[in-house]
Amino acid sequence: MKYLHLIWAALFRRKTRTLLTLVSIIAAFLLFGLLNSVRLAFSAGDSVDGAGRLIVNSRMSMQNPLPESLGARIATVPGVTAVASSNWFGGVYQDPRNQVVSFAVSQNYIDLYPEIVLPADQRAAWERTRTGAIVGAALAKKYGWKVGDKIPLQSTIFPSKASGNNTWTFDITGIFHAKSEQDAGREQLLLFHWKYFDENNAFGAGTVHWYVVKVADPAHADAVATTIDAISANSDHETKAQTEQAFQASFIKQLVNIGLIVVSIMGAVFFTLLLLTGNTMMQAVRERTSELAVLKTIGFSSRSVQVMVLAESVLLLLLGGLIGLAVVSLIVPGIGAASGGMIPVHGVSASTWVIGIALMLAIGVIVGWIPAWRAMRLNIVDALSGR
Amino acid sequence: MKKFLFNLGLVLLVILALLVWIRLPWIGVVALALLFALWLALSRSGRQAASVTVVGVSTIRQRAGSSSVIVIGIAGVVAVLVALLAMGEGLTATLASGGRSDTAIVLRGGAAAESASVLLRDDVLAVEQAPGVARDAAGKPAMSAELVVAASLKQKGSNEDANAQLRGVDAEAWALRPDLKIVQGRKFKPGLRELVVGQGAARQFAGLAVGDEVKLGTESWTVVGVFASGDAYDSELWADRQSVASAYRRGNSAESVLVKLTGTAAFDGFKAALMSDPKLKVETSTTADYFARQSAGLARTIRVVGLTVGVIMAIGAIFGALNCMFAAVASRAREIATLRAIGFRGVPVVVSVMLETMLLALAGGVLGALIVWLVFNGYTTSTLNGLTQVVFDFKVSPALMWSGLKWALAIGFIGGLFPAVRAARLPVTTALREL
Repeated sequence: MKYLHLIWAALFRRKTRTLLTLVSIIAAFLLFGLLNSVRLAFSAGDSVDGAGRLIVNSRMSMQNPLPESLGARIATVPGVTAVASSNWFGGVYQDPRNQVVSFAVSQNYIDLYPEIVLPADQRAAWERTRTGAIVGAALAKKYGWKVGDKIPLQSTIFPSKASGNNTWTFDITGIFHAKSEQDAGREQLLLFHWKYFDENNAFGAGTVHWYVVKVADPAHADAVATTIDAISANSDHETKAQTEQAFQASFIKQLVNIGLIVVSIMGAVFFTLLLLTGNTMMQAVRERTSELAVLKTIGFSSRSVQVMVLAESVLLLLLGGLIGLAVVSLIVPGIGAASGGMIPVHGVSASTWVIGIALMLAIGVIVGWIPAWRAMRLNIVDALSGR
Repeated sequence: MKKFLFNLGLVLLVILALLVWIRLPWIGVVALALLFALWLALSRSGRQAASVTVVGVSTIRQRAGSSSVIVIGIAGVVAVLVALLAMGEGLTATLASGGRSDTAIVLRGGAAAESASVLLRDDVLAVEQAPGVARDAAGKPAMSAELVVAASLKQKGSNEDANAQLRGVDAEAWALRPDLKIVQGRKFKPGLRELVVGQGAARQFAGLAVGDEVKLGTESWTVVGVFASGDAYDSELWADRQSVASAYRRGNSAESVLVKLTGTAAFDGFKAALMSDPKLKVETSTTADYFARQSAGLARTIRVVGLTVGVIMAIGAIFGALNCMFAAVASRAREIATLRAIGFRGVPVVVSVMLETMLLALAGGVLGALIVWLVFNGYTTSTLNGLTQVVFDFKVSPALMWSGLKWALAIGFIGGLFPAVRAARLPVTTALREL
């Protein structure tokens, strides 16, 4: 630590070069932070709260409905502690482009999602109101909705009996928050009563698109899923029960292999960065050959000269990388908001910081290794005489 | 103050040059290159520039490390940019090419896609009576009511389920899509549980070879043929509408109706007739419009992502190039000062440093574009469109590779300009005294 000012001085010996290199490093880590946040956002949902939840939908197709009566039979399966139901609604607000992720759910649905926090009085108000809807804080903010508002939503799928067309009216009775940053995606939801949906729906009745099942012991989730599927085996509404993680993972994998794309881009970026900073460090040490020789002459050991050069390159990477990630954490919430929930990013997660810092240290060491080794092997007499 | 104004002017010049460069068509670039070559060969300062450049280029080998940073850095930018844009282009080509301007699709009012639409039997009959519908000699309308469901199938090479689009069609469906050809086996027979699969779906999902039995819904189906169409239909499974409706309990409803019109001009009358019918709540557009709309959102997202990543990488590469060229200029400071002392003017010096950087950038651009073309051209992948999978190929078109090269040259231009100006403005006396 006591050599920090010396390393710092060496780093900024050539201001232009160091600043230019820093900008390249910042750009690389900016990209890393952004891409990794997006990757994590799309693989989110494996929170602890999600453990032990099963999604049961029709084996034929996700859009195919299941009978509402099936819920009671699933509830009798040993190991199941609660069953809630949910339906697609396909809501849009004012303009077909403003999609609102909206589900018609049974009243106990939010009991199964402890990551959703709704004040008790708003919950009671929701249960009292037939046309009541509860909305996530992010969604409410986007359209300026407040508790007590009456809002019209168009369903892209279901006509309403009351209005004779696709417009459904809801009373907002509550605004819920996500328990942690990680679940912030849930703040884009609008939930309303399945009863209202079923009574007012011009097509079909008494059907549910999927059940959410809470199991007592997540370790036995697979066995419970098999038992649930056995209930409806060989009927005209066979089900497919799977853990929530598996359900979401299959979706993301079908969308696009985001992990692979991110890894390939970052591979190209970091390979270039390695060359670039490696080149800078080589130049820096070559220029300072005589200075290093002087250091050795006045008594610095070969090892400490080596460590100082290594520390210089690690410092360079850390400086650029941390600035890059800091910029990401400033702009990411903006991106999340601008994409209207399409890209569910809300901040730089702890794991991105950890991976990022590990990368900075690793690249710093790799890049500094050869120059540091050269500095260590420097022969004082040769170096001073300029040979 | 004077220095500040000079630098400000330089930055403005760069911005102006970039704006022109982005809009410049290839013929303009060729003309520019020709003019430049003429200047090099014919004018006095041009010949000076050429000779200084030859000296600079011949020393590149001694600076292999820093030169390769420029080449590889720019190759990386171009490769990533072109690959992402090729993905977008491939997806657009697949989704948008299925449409025709003399065929109309009818959906329920307000529905943006087939999966969000329901048409009842009365609606279908009303569409049949609308003016402008083409009819055969017997007076039978050329239309097909269609039903789409997302069917769960195992993906090839993994044990995981993915959603394939199963389309139930009427007998006329084949005539409505003249580009669609059976490449193996035969068409399905109405009333039987037989499937014809798109070539993309056959590649993507397991157990879809001709002759295979596959379980969809509660029933077992036989695959009897494979078709090719080169658009989004390639990712679908087709069967008789009545069979699909009974297997998936859809009754008499359909999701969309595809209609062949008597001509392109007939669409307006057809649409007006449907709109003015008070009993009907439907929307119609030509299939050309419909497919273009389907792909617009997804393609735009990919484009925005590609350009964002490209711009950030380009900024990194510009600074890398600046760094390397500043170092190159610094190491040749004495040589450049000598040239100027014996009478070379500033312009040849600036041009030679710029030219050197742009040559390196060009090499990087060609390398990057070539790698992407070799690895990704025709690379097949799939994504979700709505609820179901669509299979598409990356399309590394010459236009994309050309725009990649333009990016490379732009990066080289910015990366070379500032070091070049520094070299030309260095006071001769101080430069000679250095080192």
